[in-house]
Amino acid sequence: MLNPQLNKHGELQHLLTTEGLPKAIINQILDTASSFVSVSDREVKKVPLMRGKSVFNLFFENSTRTRTTFEIAAKRLSADVINLNIAASSASKGESLLDTIDNLSAMHADMFVVRHSQSGAPYLIAKHLQDTKQNHVHVVNAGDGRHAHPTQGLLDMYTIRHYKKDFTNLRVAIVGDILHSRVARSDIHALTTLGVPEIRAIGPHTLLPGGLEQLGVRTFTNMDEGLKDVDVIIMLRLQNERMSGALLPSAGEYFRAYGLTPERLALAKPDAIVMHPGPMNRGVEIDSAVADGPQAVILSQVTFGIAVRMAVMSILAGTQA
Amino acid sequence: MSHTDPQQLDAEALYASLLEQVKAGIAGANEPAIVGIHSGGAWIAERLAKDLNLTARLGVLDVSFYRDDYAKKGLPAEVKPTHIGFDVNGATIVLVDDVLYTGRTTRAAINELFDYGRPARIMLASLVDRGERQLPVAADFVAAHTRCAAGQALRLQQTGDGKFSLTLEQNHA
Repeated sequence: MLNPQLNKHGELQHLLTTEGLPKAIINQILDTASSFVSVSDREVKKVPLMRGKSVFNLFFENSTRTRTTFEIAAKRLSADVINLNIAASSASKGESLLDTIDNLSAMHADMFVVRHSQSGAPYLIAKHLQDTKQNHVHVVNAGDGRHAHPTQGLLDMYTIRHYKKDFTNLRVAIVGDILHSRVARSDIHALTTLGVPEIRAIGPHTLLPGGLEQLGVRTFTNMDEGLKDVDVIIMLRLQNERMSGALLPSAGEYFRAYGLTPERLALAKPDAIVMHPGPMNRGVEIDSAVADGPQAVILSQVTFGIAVRMAVMSILAGTQA
Repeated sequence: MSHTDPQQLDAEALYASLLEQVKAGIAGANEPAIVGIHSGGAWIAERLAKDLNLTARLGVLDVSFYRDDYAKKGLPAEVKPTHIGFDVNGATIVLVDDVLYTGRTTRAAINELFDYGRPARIMLASLVDRGERQLPVAADFVAAHTRCAAGQALRLQQTGDGKFSLTLEQNHA
């Protein structure tokens, strides 16, 4: 099957998911990002790559942090950024998603950064652009439903590579609400492609989706067992807004069973790093002593996230139709 | 100006000549520094910095983010980090490239340097000038002039012991 993210030359045309993303392209993104990290330390925190390009941030679902990091990344590439809070505008007046896209394309958009509560919305937009011969317009998935959040997955890979250098000898544990987490999915696919030999998913039965074993993931409902000797711990936020029905007894009980405390962290390797995509719920999934401790790399993730998004956008904008 | 046959370029002899020129050129200069353009220029800059006792004021540039053919060609698959570890403000910078040709790389490099600060002066050093400029760019220090066919590329190589050689290659692009 043709990978809808790649053009006919195998180059990155859209970034929709880390699933099936070739290892060479993941490495190209991570390598390019490392060159962008230093741009943020300079007197002029900008490069002229995307001068004259228009990036539209289409957030059909709210996310201040992700939208802001995409906006900073685009601005550091010298692009013009237009933020559309779709939830409060045309969609609420009944305009269809693809009509919105056609209107914005008519305003000469070069790139859409799309966040949507429905899985597959960015793919639908990418396919529509292809069907209407608008291959010069690129789509970046900034999170769709429970499906994928590829730039978060890639910035997690960048962070792991930064601290651990090599993927092929790592044990990585992803902890918490895997069921609702597009971050977990994007991480699992990218970690697998990069050759991580052991990926673990830790959480209560009700938050572990079926099919993890088929992806090569070991599942644990006991956190102490799951954390034993891991190199990397990726904590997930408890997604209250996606939680319908009684999947969990209470936040306090969750913390007792799956909260990352200093005592539990001690079960992992002594040099293990602790990651979290944010926003954190202190005292629900992570203890403050861990979140602020020496093994936490959570704020580095934020900094690297900008460089990774700059890499993704500049590679896409340079890809010819 | 006499032109050397591109097959006859002795990179080691050219380096020695370039070193003497740069040494004389920056004598008495304020806050001298050496910045090489990836990859050939960076090798030369590294040797110049060592020979001129300026290793603490050595930088490398990858001009990929400043190139004028991005819209046509996109980003190259391998971009190397730029590293400027000294204060560019007020510095006298010797910008080093292996082969000076259209001048477009020099333009990109100057733009990038200015995003680090305002140098007092930028001078351009190049092992070989192959002419055919497309921009008003001139080198301050050049070890040899040559001419090559449009489809050819002069490529600097460095052996394990740090010695340079120049080879003439056919461009497949």
